[in-house]
Amino acid sequence: MAKPPIYGLLAEFDDPNSLVAATRRAHAEGFRCMDAYSPFPIEELHDALGGHHTRLPLIVLIGGLTGCVGGYALQYWVSAMAYPLNVGGKPLHSWPAFVPVTFECAILVAALSAVLGMLALNGLPMPYHPVFNVPRFALASRNRFFLCIEASDPKFELESTRRFLETLSPREVATVAD
Amino acid sequence: MAESLPPIEDPLDAVAGTGTPPVIAPGYTFGSVTDKISAIVLTRKTSIGWWLGFLAAFGIVNVLLLALAYLFVKGTGIWGVNQPVGWGFAIVNFVWWIGIGHAGTLISAILLLLKQTWRTSINRFAEAMTLFAVACAAIFPLIHTGRPWLAAYWLFPYPNTMGIWPQFRSPLIWDVFAVSTYATVSLLFWFVGLIPDLATLRDRSQSRVGRVIYGMLAMGWRGSAHHWHRYETAYLLLAGLATPLVVSVHTVVSFDFAVAIVPGWHTTIFPPYFVAGAIYSGFAMVLTLAIPIRAIYGLEDFITMRHLQNMAKVMLVTGLIVAYGYAIEAFVAWYSADKYELFVSLNRMTGPYWWTYWLLILCNVLTPQALWFRRVRTTPIVLFMIAIVVNIGMWLERFVIVVTSLHRDFLPSSWGMYAPTIWDWATYVGTIGLFLALLFLFLRFLPMISIFEMRTILPEAKVEESS
Repeated sequence: MAKPPIYGLLAEFDDPNSLVAATRRAHAEGFRCMDAYSPFPIEELHDALGGHHTRLPLIVLIGGLTGCVGGYALQYWVSAMAYPLNVGGKPLHSWPAFVPVTFECAILVAALSAVLGMLALNGLPMPYHPVFNVPRFALASRNRFFLCIEASDPKFELESTRRFLETLSPREVATVAD
Repeated sequence: MAESLPPIEDPLDAVAGTGTPPVIAPGYTFGSVTDKISAIVLTRKTSIGWWLGFLAAFGIVNVLLLALAYLFVKGTGIWGVNQPVGWGFAIVNFVWWIGIGHAGTLISAILLLLKQTWRTSINRFAEAMTLFAVACAAIFPLIHTGRPWLAAYWLFPYPNTMGIWPQFRSPLIWDVFAVSTYATVSLLFWFVGLIPDLATLRDRSQSRVGRVIYGMLAMGWRGSAHHWHRYETAYLLLAGLATPLVVSVHTVVSFDFAVAIVPGWHTTIFPPYFVAGAIYSGFAMVLTLAIPIRAIYGLEDFITMRHLQNMAKVMLVTGLIVAYGYAIEAFVAWYSADKYELFVSLNRMTGPYWWTYWLLILCNVLTPQALWFRRVRTTPIVLFMIAIVVNIGMWLERFVIVVTSLHRDFLPSSWGMYAPTIWDWATYVGTIGLFLALLFLFLRFLPMISIFEMRTILPEAKVEESS
């Protein structure tokens, strides 16, 4: 199938309430390939879009456990195997002394997983995205709220979808070039 | 005497009807909040005051560079350290700086988890303060090793050609891991918080250079609802991770002392008392910076009296915990019937460094009691002066802990005295210059208040659904 000439239709709203209401309407109408854009996080939007739970907490848990086990293993290997050193008659595997570094390693890897995981799942960095083709979209980081119904949605049909968006009383509806 | 005072005209008291004191002055919209904060970076002319301040700070950075260069040529002999006082200014300054950093993480992570919305307008620059303070702190242990170019294999576990590995039973190695993790996590936390604001700057910048640089840093952030959802999850998880981390860092720093057998160091109260002291000094530093910044940049609408009051209260509480620490130290020295401990306590109060101890009590215990009074908490200039005094007091505390404990240990034959040299002072003052220079750059090039979080606390950000 040829690439659709347009990416979708972008409706602009004045306030978070209209955006959430519009998103719910669009979802009820059967649109699935869409995204909402806002200058700050709006909890209700994710729900209105029919979003799923994110896997991020699981990634962070795995990261934390990896750091924990890795940090401990490092200390065990160094102190008991690679470089056994008698310090004050303590056993080579002196586990209580290994707790602080194990803890720090767990936090470090968990925090890195949280940030890198969030960026990866969000597909960032992504320098180009079609919505940036709409000049007014620059206001999405200031005070305007946008709903974009994407052309890839099976129900998308340029004229009827535009008419539908107009019924949601947006400020304006723009066509997003791909 | 019972005549009632006139009600204090108080900007904290209430937006009419809601009963909650405002954390932002009324009348702002999403647009005006964005414009006001981003204008400082994007459109306002760089003021002559900024240039003077930055150049002065940059001049002091050069003093630091000079002191470090001379140190690398001559070695640590240029400092006042000796036997028995082997730790001196380097460790005093290290603990002081790292403690200052703690308030940033407390404000950004712990207050976030406790849903304290007032943190919103101060968390960004408090986090920046953390980063810069940790950067200053990290210099000291590194140069204190004497040969920092060799320090890599003493401190980090990597396969070097000599087959030598670090000693993981030593608190000094724990410290390396704690501080480097803390620096990394603080940087991540700060940067993640900046991403949406960098996107705002990208979209609002008039210059091509600005658009390109902010655009690259924003990584293509577009405010998608799916992105926000993961973003919020990540931010909350980071806060949850940073909270135990910040407690662990100063605990580990206190282990550097408490695990040693030196009288005056070998005590179990050190971890909690160090953590409280860190938060105490950190909030003092946040106030020291916030009070002039809000006046100079006209941000009284965002950093309101409520913020100053709350920070003053945190200072009062942590100051009391610290005072309790001092009291318990003295009590246990007597109650333990350990003559070395008792001697150290008496020596601190009456020995050659008696004046540092009593100055510390004056700065850290007596002065902050003024914060009990509402009038003091609502007068920025007085609050500013108290914060400065506490900064000095917390530095003195570390001086007392390091120097008085070391200069008189078990054997009178190994007693000595410590006096800092001009190079000790140059290095210390130099790091203050570094801290301020970084802060000036931050204020000029990045939004000092989190713009997107300020939008969320506006009343119009609340979504009301009729279902």
